[in-house]
Amino acid sequence: MITFKGSGVSKGVASGKVCFYQHPASEIVKTAAADLEYEKMRIHDAQMQTIDQLNALADKCREEAGDEAAVLFETHAMFVEDDDFVECIQTTLEDEQCNAEYAVSEAGAQFAAMFAAMDDAYMAARAADIRDVAKRIVNNLMGVADGGIASEEPIILAADDLAPSETVQLDKSKILGFIMRGGSGNSHTAILARTMGIPAICGAGDALKDEYADRVAYIDGETGQVVLDPDEMTYQMLQEKFKKQQEMKELMDTMKGQPDDTLDGVHINVYCNIGSVEDVEAVLTNDGQGIGLFRSEFLYLASEDYPTEEEQFEAYKAVASKMGGKRVIIRTLDIGADKQIDYFDLTKEENPALGLRAIRICLNRPEIFRTQLRALYRASAFGKIAIMFPMITSVWEVKECKRACQKVMAELKAEGIPYNEETEIGIMIETPASIFIANDLAKEVDFFSVGTNDLTQYTLACDRQSNDLGKFFDPHHPAVLRALKMAADAAHANGIWIGICGELGSDLELLPTFLAMGMDELSVSPSKVLPLRAAIRQSIAKTCDLSKLEIV
Amino acid sequence: MKEFNFTISDPLGIHARPAGLLAKLIKGYDGTTVTFEKDGKEAKATQLMKLMSLAIKQGDTIKVKVDGGAEGDVASAIEAFLKENL
Repeated sequence: MITFKGSGVSKGVASGKVCFYQHPASEIVKTAAADLEYEKMRIHDAQMQTIDQLNALADKCREEAGDEAAVLFETHAMFVEDDDFVECIQTTLEDEQCNAEYAVSEAGAQFAAMFAAMDDAYMAARAADIRDVAKRIVNNLMGVADGGIASEEPIILAADDLAPSETVQLDKSKILGFIMRGGSGNSHTAILARTMGIPAICGAGDALKDEYADRVAYIDGETGQVVLDPDEMTYQMLQEKFKKQQEMKELMDTMKGQPDDTLDGVHINVYCNIGSVEDVEAVLTNDGQGIGLFRSEFLYLASEDYPTEEEQFEAYKAVASKMGGKRVIIRTLDIGADKQIDYFDLTKEENPALGLRAIRICLNRPEIFRTQLRALYRASAFGKIAIMFPMITSVWEVKECKRACQKVMAELKAEGIPYNEETEIGIMIETPASIFIANDLAKEVDFFSVGTNDLTQYTLACDRQSNDLGKFFDPHHPAVLRALKMAADAAHANGIWIGICGELGSDLELLPTFLAMGMDELSVSPSKVLPLRAAIRQSIAKTCDLSKLEIV
Repeated sequence: MKEFNFTISDPLGIHARPAGLLAKLIKGYDGTTVTFEKDGKEAKATQLMKLMSLAIKQGDTIKVKVDGGAEGDVASAIEAFLKENL
């Protein structure tokens, strides 16, 4: 029996084969070809393999998302065997006498450059399609699995740590759990695991050895324990946990379809936080009543260039229509600080959390903001979308955001494109400044949503990325809770609603405090919806008090 | 050889999706060559990337040339496709 420990960052137990994440091909090295005919044959095989994969993707897509999306993959498959593209690969191979990988990526780069140079925005964006196709062929040449997982059956994914752009591209249907050498409870892998409701262990360090690949591991996301080849006693204990988990799940399933009401009839909206279009499945499975936070960053992280209006529109529309008229709150671009994106060319900052991030970038770069707002308003015709602006500190920022919205609506109107004029506009409450002026901000918007992670960081002057602040980083600190109360009072005094979309929203210990404050909405990971509902349905709102705000 | 002119009314023009669909349509007819011409520049329907690089947009008039094989059938199939989609 081999056992080791990391920190458990997402609860649950799982067992399956360990599979190491394969980083997609990043750097292509040019080497001299020993045998050109052999390289040609490799290219041909890789092309055929790529075409098969793309057609399989198209079939899968047609079943799940319809014809429109499937045609894109079919078109990509045609790119693979496009006469001119193939000729360009062959010419590069012969002229340079180089390896197949280099020839394909060079040809891809040439064609991408040709498209990128066109002065039509739509065509220029097709450069990304060509790069994507070339990358798929190169991945096949190098034997790297698409989506980073070289397995047909579900596995436990092991890695050093995963970057945001990597987590969004994972084939999530194949993952039973995560073991990471690095990372913490705040890392993107941890957030993803909690969204999916599967166990995850971070910070396992060198105890996670490469040779464990393909061996069956048992992981416990609560204790952080990993076991290979368990002895009889450990095996029995794990089986017991599995059984309990199953029973709990069945108990929670009885909560589906029940209203989120306290025993004395106070209703609270239980919504979900999501980070990609696929996450909607988890929301529907767990009976979430809406989306309280849709992080739009994934669109920017998953792409190699600014996502187009069309791409964004399709994603927002997909979520809005899948939620069928339930509220979907989409937060505009929130990058900077911990989420960097290369093509934004942001200057490196000493204190990124206090730097140019989120709404500040949008207000400085109106073109990026406009593209996103146009996509959002166009999607508003297909469901109940609400728009939320992050990192607000001043009233003028909100006014500027609203002017940008007005402008976009006027444009769409002139172009005859449908949108919902009544689309709700809200802001994130996550800075101390927004607490102090909450009464003024409330007059400008339709709702508040509190980002408790950042609010804690800024209120307590504690870097949330830092692992060793320990007891100083305390989201239950009376200062944080009093800030919440101030925001709630300001919202209600001005007749608007307020919710919480930070991690604290699913903290059952604070549920009575939130009920006492009169929070109207709690937005949590999809896997937390049913446990939260169970707790709400056992609460009596009128007996809840604000004792947690006092210093004892 | 059959020839006809067509003016694009789709706002995006011959972009990736219709170019892909066109290539797919023509694949079914062996021995027939279909060429699109805009401003003296040509691309065969099977040359997907080249066809897209012509950047055929709303308001552009293109010349479609169909040659060999079942050119009559192909020409009418293409014309119908263009009318319906572009």
